[in-house]
Amino acid sequence: MSCFHLENVSYRYAKTPVLRGVDLRLEPGEILGLFGHNGAGKTTCIKLILGLMQPAEGQISVLGGVPGDPQVTRHIGYLPENVMFYPQLTGREILSHFARLKGVSLGQVEELLGQVGLADAMDTRVKTYSKGMRQRLGLAQALLGKPKLLMLDEPTVGLDPVATADLYRLLRRLRDEGTGIVLCSHVLPGVEPYIDRAAILTEGALQAVGDLPSLRRQANMAITLTLEPEGSFSDLEKAVNEASASVGLTTSDASQPGVNADKGVLRVDVRPAEKMPLIRALLASGEVRDMNVHQPGLEDIYMHFIGSGGLAHRGGAQ
Amino acid sequence: MISIWTIARKELSDSLRNRWLVAIALVFATLALGIAWFGAAASGQVGYASTPATIASLASLGIFLIPLIALLLAYDAIVGEEEGGTLLLLMTYPLSRSQLLLGKFLGHGFTLALATLIGFGVAGIAIAVLVEGISVAVLAAGMLQFIVSTILLGWGFIALAYVVSVRVSEKSIAAGLALAIWFFFVLVFDLVLLGVLVASEGKLSSDLLPWLLMLNPTDIYRLLNIVAFSETSQLSGVLSLGSDLPIGAAGMWCGLVLWFAVPLGVALLLFKNRRI
Repeated sequence: MSCFHLENVSYRYAKTPVLRGVDLRLEPGEILGLFGHNGAGKTTCIKLILGLMQPAEGQISVLGGVPGDPQVTRHIGYLPENVMFYPQLTGREILSHFARLKGVSLGQVEELLGQVGLADAMDTRVKTYSKGMRQRLGLAQALLGKPKLLMLDEPTVGLDPVATADLYRLLRRLRDEGTGIVLCSHVLPGVEPYIDRAAILTEGALQAVGDLPSLRRQANMAITLTLEPEGSFSDLEKAVNEASASVGLTTSDASQPGVNADKGVLRVDVRPAEKMPLIRALLASGEVRDMNVHQPGLEDIYMHFIGSGGLAHRGGAQ
Repeated sequence: MISIWTIARKELSDSLRNRWLVAIALVFATLALGIAWFGAAASGQVGYASTPATIASLASLGIFLIPLIALLLAYDAIVGEEEGGTLLLLMTYPLSRSQLLLGKFLGHGFTLALATLIGFGVAGIAIAVLVEGISVAVLAAGMLQFIVSTILLGWGFIALAYVVSVRVSEKSIAAGLALAIWFFFVLVFDLVLLGVLVASEGKLSSDLLPWLLMLNPTDIYRLLNIVAFSETSQLSGVLSLGSDLPIGAAGMWCGLVLWFAVPLGVALLLFKNRRI
């Protein structure tokens, strides 16, 4: 049984299309990163899965049922972006209220508050909470009743690095226990190591879905080799040119944009398929003392699919 | 059912926490005792006038106060949750919109009922104990009817406040509209009715006119509490129309019940169609 399955889902707001033919599914024990620019339709996707809105077209099934059905909702945990609570109540009172609404035992309340690091603050009023503490309370709320589907919208906003690491560790543990998790975030390098699959939305349409290697293949983006010369720099340049020529690379000249020198190292951008032949030829030349291979990261892939310039020329050291 | 009760319970504990309940009860008790003690001041003496006169005076004050308190209690029920950012979260729980609104109504309604019962109840007991030679049976019957009708009137205005609260998108607008509702039913309606009466110069069907009073819950309330205890000669203004109403007390009670049931139904319907 899938955590959710969207089939050709479209949604319009005042006749403006917000989602267009989205196909997406999430299996138990999987963390899906949902990315997109502001207004791309991430929140709309989540609201449709939660049953807060009805799609204009298409089918949605959630945990084998209909979105919005109380029997389904009971097993969903949701952390909205900028979560807010009743300021006059304490953390414990708020979590107890939500636990009652979800039909979950009140024994979980204290345990969850401890788990998110609010054990000391659970009896103070939420209006004195910092942004990070509110976020943690929001997280505790989402974890009530051990959900089978967990949807987190910008969960790390306001969290310090230690709390962020704790959160990701917790998510990984939940995933291993079989929870399906959706993670919306703009901090792409932060979530990259933790997601199993990424879905990239632009203007309401799904641009790409898949795990990172397959997205990399799909994007066919350049891989950057950073080369340190064994001897003189010009010898290395010559070796690169020869090696490029021998593997039939088009970007064979040091004057071309694919290759550039910087602080005594040489950077060469190659297509994924050209990478290994070039490396072999270079190593054979004996002019390379050290080499660093930089794969495009989630952020690069994202930029590629969002289509804002991409990384045709990426200078900075990684 | 449990989720309705969970919401109601939170509203009730909120009104205990912010001392709304205590404040309302205190205001009611003070008013009732003040009127009881100085009720005869108009005739030049200090002391208890009579049970019907006391209840009539209480009802006249209640007409201003009860709608105002009910509207204040309830105007931000939904729009407040939305502005506070909790409505969206609540709607992702196994809780339907009608359950949320009914829970709110239960909580607010119970708060108002409890405050009314305590406030006027305590005053009634004090009067029964302190005033010599009073007929406790008459007082108890009068007070009971007064308290029940006050609660119904309050519920009516809570429901009217919900109609506003589920419709608008900002708390300040809801507050403004709630005040407008108060202004209309408490101050404007009777004036307009009187104006229509005068302007029509008796051309309007005299069978129809009394029914117009049923369009205002505060008029029904006034009729119930003043007509029931006074001679018709004491009625003034548009209330004299009430003596022509062919439906009697039972009909008026029905009117009060309808006045909270119908707006509540409307609020439920509007809330169902609201975008979140």
